[in-house]
Amino acid sequence: MTIEQAQKSDGIGKDIVVYVCLLALAGLQFVIAYQHIDVSQMFARMLAVAIVEAGLAVMFFMHLWTEKRGFVVFVLVFTIFVLLAMQYGWPDSTRMVTGAPFSR
Amino acid sequence: MSQADLTMEGHSTGLTVGPAFSIPTKKLAMWLFIIADTMTFAACLLAYGFVRNGAPNWPRPFHSITNVALMTFILLTSSLTMLFGLRSARAGDKAGAFRWIMITAALGIAFALLHIREWLGLIDEGMTLFKNPWGTGLFGASFFSITGLHLTHVTCGVIALIAVGVRYKGGRYKPDDIEVLGLYWHFVDLVWMFVVPLVYLLNLSH
Repeated sequence: MTIEQAQKSDGIGKDIVVYVCLLALAGLQFVIAYQHIDVSQMFARMLAVAIVEAGLAVMFFMHLWTEKRGFVVFVLVFTIFVLLAMQYGWPDSTRMVTGAPFSR
Repeated sequence: MSQADLTMEGHSTGLTVGPAFSIPTKKLAMWLFIIADTMTFAACLLAYGFVRNGAPNWPRPFHSITNVALMTFILLTSSLTMLFGLRSARAGDKAGAFRWIMITAALGIAFALLHIREWLGLIDEGMTLFKNPWGTGLFGASFFSITGLHLTHVTCGVIALIAVGVRYKGGRYKPDDIEVLGLYWHFVDLVWMFVVPLVYLLNLSH
């Protein structure tokens, strides 16, 4: 086996391992869906699994891991900052059901 | 030559040496599109979470996970076949790359057909954009908009896969173009990982 063939074989092996991990994590989400727990707990667990899945897909399927470090930092910092900044609306969604929580 | 000239010259040379972040321009453009599209989906999912959290009678219409599990399996597998296509293209195997890309497109079509079948089933049960038999009418609007946006992405992806695959086979596109398309396809897969738990699994009727 040449070096190129060895690298190619190793790469395919890694892809398949990541694929199996993603399938397993997706299966875990379905298992969580049938647990008898509170909806907020279920949401938190499923979201945590989804974030791990997304991380694996971005790093290995989309090959972000092999890009220049500056680009990786740019993508991650920018995306995570904006996603977190979007979370400001949650308290207001609670107010719709329970009334203004901070007025009492 | 003055210090100012040296600085200007050095600056302009630095700007023209290569694209930003030392990655090809098409790839950078696709990453920027993906970041922007992430915001679009995140905004849709947040709006969905907002109304779900704020509605006391949120419906739970899904009785079975079989269809959504099959759709998830198909989409994840299509990401793997896309990777195989890229590897074949990088290795110079045009026929192999074309075959894997067409398999990916076929899996995308299967996903879209399953999705449409599910939509038709829900519509048959009386669900529309603004009303349904189970609870708040907001469910239909949020469900159809999120899954519809994703289905649009899958449909566009399938068209792009076929177009790029054919042109790559004809020698008009390079392996780099397959990689750029692959980024888009993996992103569509990635979004589904969030749509499934939030839109489907949290709304299972136990």
